[in-house]
Amino acid sequence: MSATILVKAAILVDGTRADILVSEGVIVKIGSGLSMPAGTSGAVTVIDGNGLTALPGLVDLHTHLREPGSEQSETILSGSRAAAIGGFTAVHAMANTSPVADTAGVVEQVMSLGDAAGYTTVRPVGAVTAGLAGLRLAEIGAMANSRARVRVFSDDGKCVSDALLMRRALEYVKTFDGVIAQHAQEPRLTEGAQMNEGTLSGQLGLAGWPAVAEESIIARDVLLAQHVGARLHVCHVSTAGSVDVIRWAKARGIRVTAEVTPHHLLLTEDLALNYDARFKVNPPLRRSEDVRALRNGLADGTIDIIATDHAPHPSEDKDCEWGAAAFGMVGLETALSVVHAAVVHTGHLSWTDVARVMSRVPAEIGRVPGYEFGIEIGAPANFTLYDSSVSRVFDTTMLHGKGQNSPYLASALPGQIIATIHRGYPTVLDGKLLSPEELAPYAGVNRG
Amino acid sequence: MRHLLTTKGLDRDTAIGILDVAEEMAEASARTVKKLPTLRGKTVVNLFFEDSTRTRISFEAAAKRLSADVINFAAKGSSVSKGESLKDTAQTLAAIGADAVVIRHPASGAPTVLARSGWIDAGIINAGDGTHEHPTQALLDAFTIRRRLHGDASRGKGLDGVTVTIVGDIVHSRVARSNVWLLTALGAVITLIAPATLLPIGVGHWPVAVGHSLDRALETNPDVVMMLRIQSERMQASFFPNAREYSRQWGLDDERMARLYPTTIVMHPGPINRGLEISSAAADSAQSTVLEQVTNGVSVRMAVLYLLLSGEREGLA
Amino acid sequence: MPPRTVLQQTDITRALTRISHEILESNRGPEKLVILGIPTRGVILADRIAGMISDFSGQNVPVGSIDVTLFRDDLAQNPTRSPAPTRIPAGGIDGKTVVLVDDVLFSGRTIRAALDAVGAIGRPHSVRLAVLIDRGHRELPIRPDFVGKNLPSALGERINVRLVESDGDEFVTIEESA
Repeated sequence: MSATILVKAAILVDGTRADILVSEGVIVKIGSGLSMPAGTSGAVTVIDGNGLTALPGLVDLHTHLREPGSEQSETILSGSRAAAIGGFTAVHAMANTSPVADTAGVVEQVMSLGDAAGYTTVRPVGAVTAGLAGLRLAEIGAMANSRARVRVFSDDGKCVSDALLMRRALEYVKTFDGVIAQHAQEPRLTEGAQMNEGTLSGQLGLAGWPAVAEESIIARDVLLAQHVGARLHVCHVSTAGSVDVIRWAKARGIRVTAEVTPHHLLLTEDLALNYDARFKVNPPLRRSEDVRALRNGLADGTIDIIATDHAPHPSEDKDCEWGAAAFGMVGLETALSVVHAAVVHTGHLSWTDVARVMSRVPAEIGRVPGYEFGIEIGAPANFTLYDSSVSRVFDTTMLHGKGQNSPYLASALPGQIIATIHRGYPTVLDGKLLSPEELAPYAGVNRG
Repeated sequence: MRHLLTTKGLDRDTAIGILDVAEEMAEASARTVKKLPTLRGKTVVNLFFEDSTRTRISFEAAAKRLSADVINFAAKGSSVSKGESLKDTAQTLAAIGADAVVIRHPASGAPTVLARSGWIDAGIINAGDGTHEHPTQALLDAFTIRRRLHGDASRGKGLDGVTVTIVGDIVHSRVARSNVWLLTALGAVITLIAPATLLPIGVGHWPVAVGHSLDRALETNPDVVMMLRIQSERMQASFFPNAREYSRQWGLDDERMARLYPTTIVMHPGPINRGLEISSAAADSAQSTVLEQVTNGVSVRMAVLYLLLSGEREGLA
Repeated sequence: MPPRTVLQQTDITRALTRISHEILESNRGPEKLVILGIPTRGVILADRIAGMISDFSGQNVPVGSIDVTLFRDDLAQNPTRSPAPTRIPAGGIDGKTVVLVDDVLFSGRTIRAALDAVGAIGRPHSVRLAVLIDRGHRELPIRPDFVGKNLPSALGERINVRLVESDGDEFVTIEESA
């Protein structure tokens, strides 16, 4: 079944108001006073876009969907729903599943499950090393050439700490136009680490995760990338020093891109004060100086993109003592609101910048086609409508994945996704997710 | 007082109040009949996720002298080590009807998590959590210092101007942390002495002086020298080369002991590594308070139990 | 209704003088006496009584204080109280006649706690009770041996004892409870 969607009078990122007409999965018209074409058949949806900001479909380069292996934490379906309500039309599913996404079989299965769910495009990330063990390369070529056409490779959760292996990985993925997304964490410097190393960790008696453990790996890796002429992507940059190293590398012409998470743009280490494990994340929340440097680095282009590092965990992995708790927080549902609060509200980014750092550039890094021009005639219809005027106290009813480990529960956040259009059909309307049954006719057609 | 989780944030008056109650407890403990009926009908659970016979016995004696019922729950080697969570354990204790839980846990912050979890309504006493705090140890140290300095005239007094040198593994020491906050609140002036590897990052922001030379620290004739226990696993992790070098640089040996003022108090939270951080002669000298600390520990813990368990249940403090 | 003064300073002094005489008479001399005040104002009154007995008899009477906080049965019903010091005179209390002194006798629960506290310290020959005011409403089978003034009161009324040593002025008032 094909869908025809007419969005009336939405605000484009450049501030102009326009109607958007979608048909057969493509944006066919943008202009004022548009109406449904005569003789439209199939499902017809008219959305009142008045007061809503139309953003190109958000693309997350860093999502943990947990399937296969940890379906009690998240499934591809539940994570896709969280993505859709967050305005995401494509997510990159990290490789640290069980089995690890280190073969063509696993990545193809992940992609197929994503297509079957139909809420968002699921792009699997392949492991760099077999079993994430850091000993020998995974079947990178097989994954790149599989139906999933994997372009992003990462051992995320673990650092590719062996310098020689990292060099080889950077060189080898060049063959397939891929990129290594490095989780920069020197393992010896972070043994048992629980939170940012500083005055507070000393007071709380929690083993410190020093900034230098991130910065030293980034410094090494940008030099390796330069040496072999490869692309490097740095996951979840969290310190002021890392921003400096990346700025230096970019000035030297090194092909490095970097991401920052919404939570590192908003939250600081002092949230660990009560040992509430919802605030335990890797890399850890840092000092306010770091938050400032990350915001500025994002504003000046040193940091290229925002990625969620959505990391769902079952409640028992957070409802415990800090040391025993799992690292990570869910982030898909809140990403845009947090970005709004942390960098739009503060004047660091415009909505045009948000479209760049949350849609066009992450798609470019991940080699996801269709996001080059944003909301444009002829482009695939992936976009989201955001009401930036509202403020909500965030609660668990607003979480749609399985994880409830959000650091924002009971906090006021601005904005709300009102509609998400994915591959030309709605996944969210009137601020509510469509049910799998409602989606089934569209998803079936578009699966191809 | 609803819980005792840390000494950080404990104000001077509250701290003196606890020590003064401990004075009464010490006095009651000297009577013919040591037992007080005060906490009759209250249940105190000693929840120990780490072995510490000394601390457990001290809390047990304190609770029993106040006529509370005591349940010892050695979580190590029980269902807890078979994967039962802190939450399940806490809910079990709540169902048993615990009025206070004395918790020793290897994870920093576990008592705080228990206190704010809602899993259990009982008063929580931190009996040592990871490398975070050990508030009752600091209270008994303060009590011991105050008694040595003021004797029977201790009541109502702080430790204003008392110079305390704490020596050793500061970074891993919950005793050091609790003492820094408490003794400072009471007016003492603290110097930490350790190799740089055993000082926490950010110690420059603590309300203390920091140095590396024990000999230089002793030249200032501090009122109190507190030696911390050195654990052998620190040597494996390259915090210092070996025991010999450590004790030569930072051990309170006989020669250094001889240089101390005769009035300087020598303290150690125990258990002692004789010959490593402190020599036998130093530990057994008249200046040493090692055994007084044990005795005073019971009085201080009685005071804390009393302050937590008597009185109407207040809201979360 | 404003507070009504029921005893002036001179009345208090007269009452304590009479109590001191009565204690001396009933014990045929001060030799085996130990006077123990119950904090806070009972301690002040005990000091005064002991002073008077010493003056009248020409012999020093041992005096001290006995805190009953840790022996109370109503700790859970009230805000946490800090115990006050207990000071037992050097000779102890074994075989002695202990006279407990308090300002106001009401339910009798404080005295019950005091008897337990005495028992934890030693075994006196006998224990007597002296109070400045007996306001009635006993909840336990306890009665005073020496009373300054019987003051029948309603349960809701408050009796306020002020003494120079603790309050700067001295009188006893009764008022409706707020």
